[in-house]
Formats: sequence, structure tokens, C-alpha cells
Amino acid sequence: MVAIATLASPDTEVQRAREVAAAVLDPEVPVINLEELGVLRGVARRDGRIVVTLTPTYTGCPATAAIQMAVEVALLEANISGAQVETVLSPAWTTDDISESGRAKLKAYGIAPPNRTAPSGLFEVEIVACPLCGSQHTSKVSEFGSTACKAQWRCESCREPFDYFKCHR
Amino acid sequence: MTDKTNPLFDLTLALADDALVLGHRLSEWSGKAPMLEEDIALSNLGLDLIGQARLFYAYASELEGHSRSEDDLAYFRDAAAYRNLLIVELEIGDFAHTIARQFLYAAFVHPYFQALTKSKDARLAEIAAKAVKEMAYHVRHTSEWMIRLGDGTADSQRRMTDALEELWGYTGEMFEMSVGERALAGEGIAPNRAALQAGWNATVDAVLREATLMRPKDRGMQHGGRKGQHTEQLDHMLAEMQVLARQHPGATW
Repeated sequence: MVAIATLASPDTEVQRAREVAAAVLDPEVPVINLEELGVLRGVARRDGRIVVTLTPTYTGCPATAAIQMAVEVALLEANISGAQVETVLSPAWTTDDISESGRAKLKAYGIAPPNRTAPSGLFEVEIVACPLCGSQHTSKVSEFGSTACKAQWRCESCREPFDYFKCHR
Repeated sequence: MTDKTNPLFDLTLALADDALVLGHRLSEWSGKAPMLEEDIALSNLGLDLIGQARLFYAYASELEGHSRSEDDLAYFRDAAAYRNLLIVELEIGDFAHTIARQFLYAAFVHPYFQALTKSKDARLAEIAAKAVKEMAYHVRHTSEWMIRLGDGTADSQRRMTDALEELWGYTGEMFEMSVGERALAGEGIAPNRAALQAGWNATVDAVLREATLMRPKDRGMQHGGRKGQHTEQLDHMLAEMQVLARQHPGATW
């Protein structure tokens, strides 16, 4: 019955809320949106209210609160009132949740997109292609960078420094 | 609700305290680590732990019916009410001391969280599933530094040897379980800490061998953190960590 009712009269406000929330940009990497980052887990109506469900990336990422606030503001600006933003932990976010368009936008912005596997052995050398010139002749400067999700790398071909969005899974 | 009546609350609070206290200790390196890369690394590792602490505190707060908030638990308890392991509260010492402590702890808590992902308590399991991915690179990063420093210069090897000697007596507490925690383990909620000892020995021994460092001799283990019996180093740390919240209770920005 519920499914039929939904088909008969699609909840346009839920659809609109979904579009608004999905389009919010990540505050620390302001070229990819929440859907591309893979942190938008759902938009639904519950007890009459719109509920947006997000998931955090790293447990300590300070952007988590900023993202939640940005979604609330975006919904209000779209005249969607009374919406609730909730957080779920599982399944735990991984960099595999970043969409193909998200990966392409990271690269175009100068951030090397995440590899599909994280290093497991000690002193393991990862292959990360330079997002600027494409060379694989690169080296890691620091495993940790300006945000929890990024490492600092340098291209030995074009000599440019760049950020690498670390594989997290 | 008192601590004595709810083993699940006790365990959740202990896990929160371990993460917060060690996270705060790592944050003390911000701006003064021996090199810029490690300054950023230690701050990032500290941030992971504080993020994990928040998830555990939020759950602990729910378990006691929100009578105290996440912030109340962190900022308005004295040292005697903290339930963290002694190893995480010790002063940061030099860089070798910080790395050795982080390694010895991460080598334990990474497999602990792996086991906790299978907990029958869904909330602990999902927090662990996030934390385990972070602790994996804490083990890797600190293992690499154990090897660089141990198999480095005479000075770095001496500092690492001293750090291990000083910290070793605090490692036994990681494997101890209270009566309440034992009961939780029996119910499939808490991992059996003692069962993780062999794996920890293997990880530690392999890294020490590679680092050309000697495993310190067991000369008796310190304990008491889980009962609120702490070193005065925790009092000093909490005084600094809690001063703002206590001087301006309820302040927001």
C-alpha cells in the first residue's frame, strides 16, 4: 500500500530536499558535493518531517559538524523547514564511497584521488599519479596533511607539490 | 545510575577515557614536534582518538539516560573518576617516548577494535568498525618510527630503549579485565583482553627485532587506572584540559 501511494503521489518535497542536500559542497574540498563524497546516506519523510541522514568520514573530522550545519542552512534556504539531519555510523564510510564524478573532480582540482587499496606493510611504497601532469614518478612528503583525509606528495617530473586523498578502508 | 550497576557503561566510559586522554597527550605536540611532518602526524593521530572518544562518550551518556552529557563526562570529572589505563596518561616525554607509547597502545587496541566489531552490542560494534581503520595506520606509522629510531643513531636507540623500559610496566593493564567486563565478554559484548596478549606479543616482538631493540623484562605491572587510581600526571593534564569548561560552565560559541 505504501509503495503504491508513493507511486501515485511522489513526495516532491523529499525529492527536492534530496537534491538540495546532495548539492552541498564539502567544506574542506569545496569542489565535490556530499553525494559524490559518499556521505549522504538518505533523505526520507518520517512522521511528517524531512530526515536527512549523513555519515562521517574520519571519526575526528572537524568538517562533520560543518557539513551538518551546511545541510541545515541549505534546506532552510530552499524553504524546506523543520528538517532533521541525523548521523549514522554504519556501514562505515570508505573512500570507495566516493563516486567516479567525485574522483574526476578531485583530480581536476589538483588532488590525486584515492587508490583502491591502503598500504598494509611497513615502509610500503604507494604509486600515486600526479594529478597535474599524470606522471607516476612521485614521492610522499608526509603521510599526514592539512586534513585527516589527505597526504602531502611531490611530483618528481613536473616538480609540483600536490595533495593525495588517502585510501581509507 | 552508579558505575557499579552497569558494566556496559563502565566499559564504554573506559574506552572513551583511554581515547580522550591519549588524544589530548598527542595534541600537546602541536607546534613543537621535532619536525613539521611529525607535528602534523601526531596532531592527526590525536584527532582520530578524540573523534573516537566522542563517539564512546556520546554512547556512555545515552547509557546512563543523558544525566550527563558528552561534555560533562569529559570536562566535569576529576582524575579519580577517570577510568583510563595508566599508560595513556603518562607525560609525553621525548619523541621516542611518545612513539613507543603510541606503538605499544595501538598494537593492542587495533586487534581489540577488530574483535569489538563483532560485539553483540551493535553500537560498540559500529564505533569499532570506524575506529579500527584509523588504528591500523597508527600501528603502521609508529612501527616505522620504532624501527627508524631503534635502528638509527646511538642517541635515538638509547632514547627508544629508555622509553621502552619506562613504559613496559604499564602494558600489562591493557590485558586486565574487571568482573563486569568479564561478564560482558561472556555475553559476547566485550572482547576478551587476555586472549589478545599472544597477538600483541607477536606484533611487538617483530617490530622490536626489526628495530634492533631488546624486549624489556617483565618486572611487575602497574595497574589501578580502571579503578580511578591514577598518577598525579593525570591531575595536571586534566587541570589544563578542563580549565576553560570549568571556569565558564555552559559556555558556547
